[in-house]
Amino acid sequence: MRPDQEIIQHWIEPNSRVLDLGCGDGSLLAHLTATKNVKGIGLEIDDDKIQSCVERGINVIDQDLDDGLGNFQPDSFDTVLLAQTLQALSHPDRLIDEMLSIGKRGIVTFPNFGNWKSRLYLSSKGRMPVSKFMPHSWYNTPNIHFCTVRDFDALCAEKNIRVLERTVVDLKHEGSWSMRLLPNLLGEIAIYHIARG
Amino acid sequence: MQETVQETMQDSIAFDAADSVGIVTPQRYHFDEPLTLRSGKTLSAYDLMVETYGELNDNRSNAVLICHALSGDHHAAGFHSNEDRKPGWWDSAIGPGKAIDTNKFFVVALNNLGGCAGSTGPTSIDPDSGKPYGPDFPVVTVRDWVKSQHRLMLKLGIDKWAAVVGGSLGGMQVQRWAISYPDCLANAVCIASAPKLSAQNIAFNEVARYSITSDPNFHAGRYLEHGTYPKQGLMLARMVGHITYLSDSAMRAKFGNAGSQLENTTRGNLGRDLRSGNLSFGLNVDFEVESYLHYQGERFSANFDANSYLLMTKALDYFDPSVDYGGDLAKAFEGGDCKFFLVSFSTDWRFPPERSRELVETLLKAGREVTYLEVEADQGHDAFLMPIPRYINALRGFLNHAFEEITRDAS
Repeated sequence: MRPDQEIIQHWIEPNSRVLDLGCGDGSLLAHLTATKNVKGIGLEIDDDKIQSCVERGINVIDQDLDDGLGNFQPDSFDTVLLAQTLQALSHPDRLIDEMLSIGKRGIVTFPNFGNWKSRLYLSSKGRMPVSKFMPHSWYNTPNIHFCTVRDFDALCAEKNIRVLERTVVDLKHEGSWSMRLLPNLLGEIAIYHIARG
Repeated sequence: MQETVQETMQDSIAFDAADSVGIVTPQRYHFDEPLTLRSGKTLSAYDLMVETYGELNDNRSNAVLICHALSGDHHAAGFHSNEDRKPGWWDSAIGPGKAIDTNKFFVVALNNLGGCAGSTGPTSIDPDSGKPYGPDFPVVTVRDWVKSQHRLMLKLGIDKWAAVVGGSLGGMQVQRWAISYPDCLANAVCIASAPKLSAQNIAFNEVARYSITSDPNFHAGRYLEHGTYPKQGLMLARMVGHITYLSDSAMRAKFGNAGSQLENTTRGNLGRDLRSGNLSFGLNVDFEVESYLHYQGERFSANFDANSYLLMTKALDYFDPSVDYGGDLAKAFEGGDCKFFLVSFSTDWRFPPERSRELVETLLKAGREVTYLEVEADQGHDAFLMPIPRYINALRGFLNHAFEEITRDAS
């Protein structure tokens, strides 16, 4: 299980309705179904990942998040998840609006571009950061909208979105007192639990 | 909408292949209880022709119903004899180890009422007159078919289908099962279908019907009594239908393989293969596609009853389960807990992906469990009968998981 998934599962209520945007191979929904008896649906566009979902009995809809979520009814989910996908969307702000329209709560996780390693890479090399965690070059990356913890805080404030919980972790999903003190500098993955204001 | 462009592919399939259900024998089931139809008319008694593949398990939980489309019948898989050249219409998906795995499931396929492959229909003898029903056979709807399928289910000793599966008009029957008998199916597999026809769909059906009814040999539907049948009309109906089941790209591929004979461009010849190599400068058949349509029309008209064709197209046109729910289809799907599995194909312009997405949206609104795949395929509407890997693998994955659930529930 990915580090962010390990943490967000604790924010999901038993027997609740969950929509996982960019659900991958369905492993998180499978885990939540087995441990919390959630009623889950995933959206995915990768053929092989969709096949994995189908084989493990996870409901999955072949749908591009950039086309929006207009086919879902308002308030039809308890939680809408957007894990490690925000930065790959054409209109991340619009999708967050839609998430909080169709779901009571939202969970968003993203790689924090404000992390000191990214800052150091850019300031010392003068080139866009490439790492094991973010392995793409600037011209072929699916990640077109990187943001920092402070950027996301600002977006939430602007949209009157309530941040119920915010946590930052490193790639081993370990938090620390220093990360809590300086999340934008030290956190590698940002994890937000949000709701309408 | 079947037995179309797949002949060449199926020529290599043999009745003794390890993944074939082999030689199968259809069975006739007789029903004495009168069936009141949607129109208000009643069929006092009727027969259904049925084929089954695989074994029903001890707790009768592994049965899968296959619903056929416009021109299909009960012969969905296997061969009727060693000499049979072609297998059933969905042999690519039904058999041991195939997507609808007969090692796991007991598969039931039938010919719907009003058909012409042995179930009671316009060519059957009307007990009241002693003559073929012909045009007097009542109009049957998808709802009527599903009602008769439900009676068949009970006769077979089955309480609940593991899955009801169908493409196109067959997918409409799947929807109707989920609405009329929500407790009688665990999974609904609805492929290349739509919640109702569009004006364009109905228009194509009307062209087909008009070409049949305007044929001088139609005799107001009593052609059998006149010892003839509306061959030209049926041919034309099938030719038009056939064009709509294929995509532009499928036709280019099918009729453009011989390379360019008219234009030597790198983009190919757009499927304009010539039949003889020369233009006739007359009204003869010049292009392969023309010859193909003539062949398909001829073959179809010799094997399919015109009145049945008219009935099937009417059943398509009339399908709209939302009518009982004030136009809100989501309300229709609110009862029941079966899981839905839907697939559409990118070049299908008869039932395009938008129509399946409409259905997905409706099912989500009704709070139902849905899986939906939009498959890239060149073959148009006919794709639902083709062994397209992404589609077939997903169908297999879905049904295998369904089987695991059934066996787990039983243990």
